[in-house]
Amino acid sequence: MAEVKLTGVAKAYGDTQVLSDIDLEIATGELVVFVGPSGCGKSTLLRMIAGLEQITAGRLEIDRQVVNDIPPAQRGIAMVFQSYALYPHMTVRDNMAFALKIAGRSRAQIDAAVERAAKTLQLDRLLDRLPKQLSGGQRQRVAIGRAIVRDPKVYLFDEPLSNLDAALRVATRIEIAQLKESMPDSTMIYVTHDQVEAMTLASRIVVLAGGGIAQVGAPLDLYQRPRTEFVAQFIGSPAMNLLPAEVVETGARTRVRLASGAEAVAAIPTRDGDRGMAVNLGVRPEDMDLAEGAGLVSGRVALTEALGELTVLHVAQSGGAEVLAKLPGVHSELRGQTVSLGAAPERLHLFHDGRSLLYR
Amino acid sequence: MPPILQGLFTILVGVTGCVAYFWLSNLLLDRVICPPHGPHAGRNITRANLIRPWLFLFPALVVLGLYLAYPVVGSFVRSLHDRSGTEFIGLGNYADLIASGGFRVAVRNNILWLLVVPAAATAFGLLAAQLTDRLSWGNVAKSLIFMPMAISFVGASLIWRFVYDNSFDIGLINAVRGAFGAERAIDVIQIPFWNNFFIMFIMVWIQTGFAMVILSAALRGIPEETVEAAIMDGASPTQIFFRIKVPQIMGTIVVVWTTITFLVLKVFDIVYTMTGGNFGTHILPSYMMSFMFRDDGRATAVAFVIMILVLPVMIWNIRQARREMR
Amino acid sequence: MHSIAGRKSGLQWAVHLSVVALVLLWLIPTLGLLVSSVRDRDQIAETGWWLAPLPVEMTFRIRAAPDDARASGDGFVIAGNVLDDPAQARWFPDGAGTVTAFGTRGAAPTEHAPGDTAELRTGGTLSVARDGAFTITAPDALTRPVSIFFEARVPPRVTLDNYATVLTSDGMDRAFLNTLTVAVPATVIPILIAAFAAYALAWMDFRGRGVLIAAVVGLLVVPLQLALVPLLNLHNAVGIGQSFLGIWLAHTGFGMPLAIYLLRNYMVGLPRDIIESARVDGATDFQIFTRIILPLSFPALAAFAIFQFLWVWNDLLVAKVFLPSGSDAQVMTVKIADDLIGSRGGDWGILAAAAFVSIAVPLVVFFTLQRYLVRGLLAGSVK
Repeated sequence: MAEVKLTGVAKAYGDTQVLSDIDLEIATGELVVFVGPSGCGKSTLLRMIAGLEQITAGRLEIDRQVVNDIPPAQRGIAMVFQSYALYPHMTVRDNMAFALKIAGRSRAQIDAAVERAAKTLQLDRLLDRLPKQLSGGQRQRVAIGRAIVRDPKVYLFDEPLSNLDAALRVATRIEIAQLKESMPDSTMIYVTHDQVEAMTLASRIVVLAGGGIAQVGAPLDLYQRPRTEFVAQFIGSPAMNLLPAEVVETGARTRVRLASGAEAVAAIPTRDGDRGMAVNLGVRPEDMDLAEGAGLVSGRVALTEALGELTVLHVAQSGGAEVLAKLPGVHSELRGQTVSLGAAPERLHLFHDGRSLLYR
Repeated sequence: MPPILQGLFTILVGVTGCVAYFWLSNLLLDRVICPPHGPHAGRNITRANLIRPWLFLFPALVVLGLYLAYPVVGSFVRSLHDRSGTEFIGLGNYADLIASGGFRVAVRNNILWLLVVPAAATAFGLLAAQLTDRLSWGNVAKSLIFMPMAISFVGASLIWRFVYDNSFDIGLINAVRGAFGAERAIDVIQIPFWNNFFIMFIMVWIQTGFAMVILSAALRGIPEETVEAAIMDGASPTQIFFRIKVPQIMGTIVVVWTTITFLVLKVFDIVYTMTGGNFGTHILPSYMMSFMFRDDGRATAVAFVIMILVLPVMIWNIRQARREMR
Repeated sequence: MHSIAGRKSGLQWAVHLSVVALVLLWLIPTLGLLVSSVRDRDQIAETGWWLAPLPVEMTFRIRAAPDDARASGDGFVIAGNVLDDPAQARWFPDGAGTVTAFGTRGAAPTEHAPGDTAELRTGGTLSVARDGAFTITAPDALTRPVSIFFEARVPPRVTLDNYATVLTSDGMDRAFLNTLTVAVPATVIPILIAAFAAYALAWMDFRGRGVLIAAVVGLLVVPLQLALVPLLNLHNAVGIGQSFLGIWLAHTGFGMPLAIYLLRNYMVGLPRDIIESARVDGATDFQIFTRIILPLSFPALAAFAIFQFLWVWNDLLVAKVFLPSGSDAQVMTVKIADDLIGSRGGDWGILAAAAFVSIAVPLVVFFTLQRYLVRGLLAGSVK
């Protein structure tokens, strides 16, 4: 059952098209994360679902009702803002009760809902404080509590962790994951630019780029089977290496020849007519290892970044782009040496015209 | 009804009237004209959002239009008529003004005021802001320098009469002169030409606090690092002030300067209280008041001259505001 | 910056001294007014206010009545003490005081030193001792009183007489009430109207918003003078005439651009998230305004209220034009400028007291609410 359904949704500011032709279905109980580079329109899309931005074209349904022209409060949604947006002149209790008061609920109902949410989020002792008397993490929890109190069909999170410091961010991320687990029927949409948040929290990730959806899928799906070069490079860090190559043998497995003359076999099927096609061979740095023989890539190690548990090698190919490899352990001794790197056929990706050959 | 009760009554009627207007008009819009439910919910909401701003703005627009926009036109039209207001005389009033010596003196003095007062008040304010910054008792000092802001122009003029009076036992200036052996007390308010500057100083005295408060905040807003970098580069305190700090708050200095300029063009109280415009001290606002109730045509003509003086800065202001909104 | 190494302490001293000089220059005139207002009017005429804590040498004149004369030897004698005379008993509470000089003629009241004996024009002699005891001798019986002039050192006298005079016989009490009557409604009403308009201009999206904001900025600087004649004519035409209602309306109009401008500037700086959050919570524009914007804008509302109150309280121009000129409706500024300076021009104690009555309320407002005033000024001018 689709809780939220977008059909051909578009947004334009005057002549500037920000988003176009967005089709997306989000089922009840999902936690969908919107990611993408800054300016890709992910926050705009969230705000359109919230009703804070007009929808230029297309149809938005929540719970099978078209809500394009319905004001935010009547859409059955609640939103947690990046800045938390707590009302500074109201206590935590009043902040959480505000929406219910506006809706005209009874005193008893309001108190019960606030108490329940406060208990869930361990805010019971803070109810009579003002926002300015709270720490960053506590404010964050109040903002979430304010959403819970309304018992919405859909929760919207707009980069809720970006104002927290690194340690708190990890802790709060885990809290949100637990919260989601405790409310299996609630639907959540979460916007972030942090791929770790996206990978750890999401049941599905929506990658937005260039005003449209680049790929939708489960986190590991996006990592293992990226649909485009953009998604391949956006998910995973450091980004996937792309090496220009030419198809020399087709079949269930495909053999390609790199510009350097080295050859590799990828576990990706191709058709007969593909022979001679120009492709990009994609290898994630963490999928590379030191090869005994010729390998895929060879070159001088220009730089090593030792992170303790692993080492990032920057390998300068002769006549080619720099290639990154991530090796477990410490390998500082490799700096300045010539190495060759290889990768297993199952770990290779092939792209033609920016699109993966997997999805033809 | 005694005026004080009348005043309370007015507050009551005014406030409840305003609140009732805003509340009822919004209610009417949401419940009756464009209810946000039913078959046309979406369309109704959009329509309500088109109308609502004007409900919020309506009383303010009426007041602004009637009390500020209309008089600009009204004054101009009136200034083209004679004393009685019945006969159209074109630019006759303006021609008479230009021909009169009093008007020329008022214009000359006004230009002096416009040159001296904003400059002096801003300079004193900047000086006070810089000196009191980081001083342990700086806030007390600022408070005292800021204080004249609360005093009426009439009150301030009286205060300064005690300084300027022409006797050794009342006027501070003469007392000081006496202490240095002067034989005869002088009346500084009657010294031709220079008396203007003594009167202007009253305005400077009032406005310095305003300039100081704003410039002080601007000085505090300067990133500390730029000053520290200048110290590392070996700049002296004076160099830091003029070459690092002042350029960074130039925008604020301009705002302060223009604000005081506008005020100078409005204030007739000081001249009125100190000299009544005698001894060659008229400025345009006080000159205008000398015609008020006697010759409305002439009075509005002077007022319109003031408007013309304000016009360039007004246009600049509007442009500035529009640029900021983009 | 306090911790920077190698700073010269001499420079620091120079800064302290310059600030002291500046503060004194700004404070002394006001201090003079305050001191003068509580001095005795006769003492004001004798010495400057800066000498107020010191005794004043004042000249007095008394008349020795001929009835007090008694025969003595071959003539008549009047004896007594000049300090006991009821005419200036207030200066010498227990008859105590020091005579520093005396004289027999008004033209030279300090001709003789105490203890000397002076010739009277009518024949006879006068001598006054340092403690005030005097003796008049005359060859013949006296028919007319004898004038004695003397100069005595008088301790400073602090008095509220000037205030009493100003408030009772000069009508400042009525003027004070009138000022209050003008100021309060003229402060409250514009705030209310402007707050709604400012919210619309800050947070509602509609065609023409930019033009309206520009118009407000433009009207901000329209000279008041321009409005006087047309509006007075308008008021006369619709029957308001010169009245309290008229001046309330006028002040509401003249304060409106600044009110809208200040409040809009402040409101537009409130976090967008908070307003959107309220919208998601289901609040209507009216509810957002009353329950979120108004409470959060309190500093700006307070700042404008102080501004407008000070402006209206201190105003002379609008009051002169829009209020009737009779003493029933005179506000304090008009009273002082048009009435007292003319009729009491040389009476410095009275003028000082009147001025102080008129500036007392603004000063209290200023010193208690300075925080908000500063914040408001900054919101209006610095962006």
